[in-house]
Amino acid sequence: MLKDITIGQYFPGDSAVHKLDARFKLVITGIFIVMLFSAQTFPALCVPLVFFIIAFAASKLPVKLMAKCMRPIIPVIVITSMLNLFFIDGVTVVSLLGKINISVQGLKTTVFMIIRLVALICGSSLLTYTTSPITLTDAIEQMLKPLEKIKFPAHELAMMMTIALRFIPTLIEETDKIMSAQKARGAELDSGTLIERAKALIPILIPLFVSSFRRAEELALAMECRCYNGGEGRTKLRVLVSDGSDYAVLCLSLLFFCGVIMLNIGKIVF
Amino acid sequence: MIKTEKLTYTYSIGTPFEKTAVDNVDLDIEEGTLVGIIGHTGSGKSTLIQHFNGLIKPTSGKVYIDGQDIFDKSVKLRDVRFKVGLVFQYPEYQIFEETVYKDIAFGPKNMGLSEEEIKDRVTSTAQLVGLDSDLLERSPFELSGGQKRRVAIAGVMAMRPKVLILDEPTAGLDPKGREVIFDQIKEYHTRSGSTVLVVSHSMEDVARFAEKILVMNHGKKFCYDTPPEVFKRADEIAEIGLSVPQVTRIFSILRSRGVDIRGDVYTVEFALKTINEYLDGRRPENA
Repeated sequence: MLKDITIGQYFPGDSAVHKLDARFKLVITGIFIVMLFSAQTFPALCVPLVFFIIAFAASKLPVKLMAKCMRPIIPVIVITSMLNLFFIDGVTVVSLLGKINISVQGLKTTVFMIIRLVALICGSSLLTYTTSPITLTDAIEQMLKPLEKIKFPAHELAMMMTIALRFIPTLIEETDKIMSAQKARGAELDSGTLIERAKALIPILIPLFVSSFRRAEELALAMECRCYNGGEGRTKLRVLVSDGSDYAVLCLSLLFFCGVIMLNIGKIVF
Repeated sequence: MIKTEKLTYTYSIGTPFEKTAVDNVDLDIEEGTLVGIIGHTGSGKSTLIQHFNGLIKPTSGKVYIDGQDIFDKSVKLRDVRFKVGLVFQYPEYQIFEETVYKDIAFGPKNMGLSEEEIKDRVTSTAQLVGLDSDLLERSPFELSGGQKRRVAIAGVMAMRPKVLILDEPTAGLDPKGREVIFDQIKEYHTRSGSTVLVVSHSMEDVARFAEKILVMNHGKKFCYDTPPEVFKRADEIAEIGLSVPQVTRIFSILRSRGVDIRGDVYTVEFALKTINEYLDGRRPENA
């Protein structure tokens, strides 16, 4: 059950997308999202879709993987499309029970929104699939570095993220172990009323908290033993380097963005 | 008591991380035996024992406890868990109650026993593992590491399972603490007459107390026999990367150098006796 959690869902590979500088990938993903939400017409919406398909093809990821990341957001899509479908007024096409009406506008908005949501999730998943969490935090740290001048704790933030990511699998494993141990003592975790189930969590949460604090203390001690004293003057094992191809891809994405704007304006003018 | 038939368990089937942890294991452990399970890291011992109380469902094969297939639909796994008590590695990390008493009582309470019965079991088990009665009302988090370990072991022993399984019960303890825990496990075994399985990777420890030894290698059963029989194969055991007790190693070296002496020696006392006998036999006045 706990094995299904996928955070830090990095899928190792050797494609052009994997090799792209993480900072550029972050910026380009940002541009992609802006493209999605600034597109006002169907032709304009096709531009970021084409952009995504090119990127996805270049990443050489299995299609199944993309389908997997859609699963958790299916309920969100269903609920929002229902709301859009039934509550947008306009020219009625279908009417159910005489009360609930589906309009042309509603249908259009719904389709538009579904495409946007799906593309949003797929696009950001492409980023996390092709970039290891550690590289990603490194990139975030470097991009936030200029803000340190105004006392923004960029390094501390990145370090916190790195540690949190590092300990997710450990904690999952730990939880699994504690659950097994309590089950061995006859704890019932998956039956009973809601209150009983909530109570059954106590024997799992308390040991989990205790061991998290213990781990935190040990980690802090270990870091101090190795003379960690913050980001000042600290060098990186893997330095992010950008080259011409990174800039080329960035330009390409900006070109696509211009395409979206043109198509948007086109609709307004004609 | 515990019987397995072609027990196989494979992790993460269908992914690149697929690994067979337990491979076609046939076992028959008689009731009332004190068994030592030994194998190097990753040999499948921990996975194997989690099958015995139904925490892991085998990929294929069967597990019988008391002649009953525990993965049969009519069997309630919770009942199996009361019959087969399992103490995990570093069990002190599962402690959660406010007092030592309450933590030991968690298992018996889940069994639905009466208050008096619970009280009786908790106090007698605490005594068995050497916890003073004034500790019972203390918070378990105030205790020392060794004491916490004993509280956790007592928590499973208090359920009085017919089979008690302990996964590396002495890991991380000092030699004295190890001896104490092993003595208490032995005491529990003789007092209750129940089947006890102890996982360890120290041959030295296992050799001292086990009536039978199960050696695991790469998920497969290497052998399951009495200590003398197992240590006769000392050379093979060394070959699969397990250490044999130091005295056994000395005797096997002696034999390889042409000394005609028995090879199934695994305790210091017995070694002494064997050497004396050998030397006596060589003295000219006896010849």
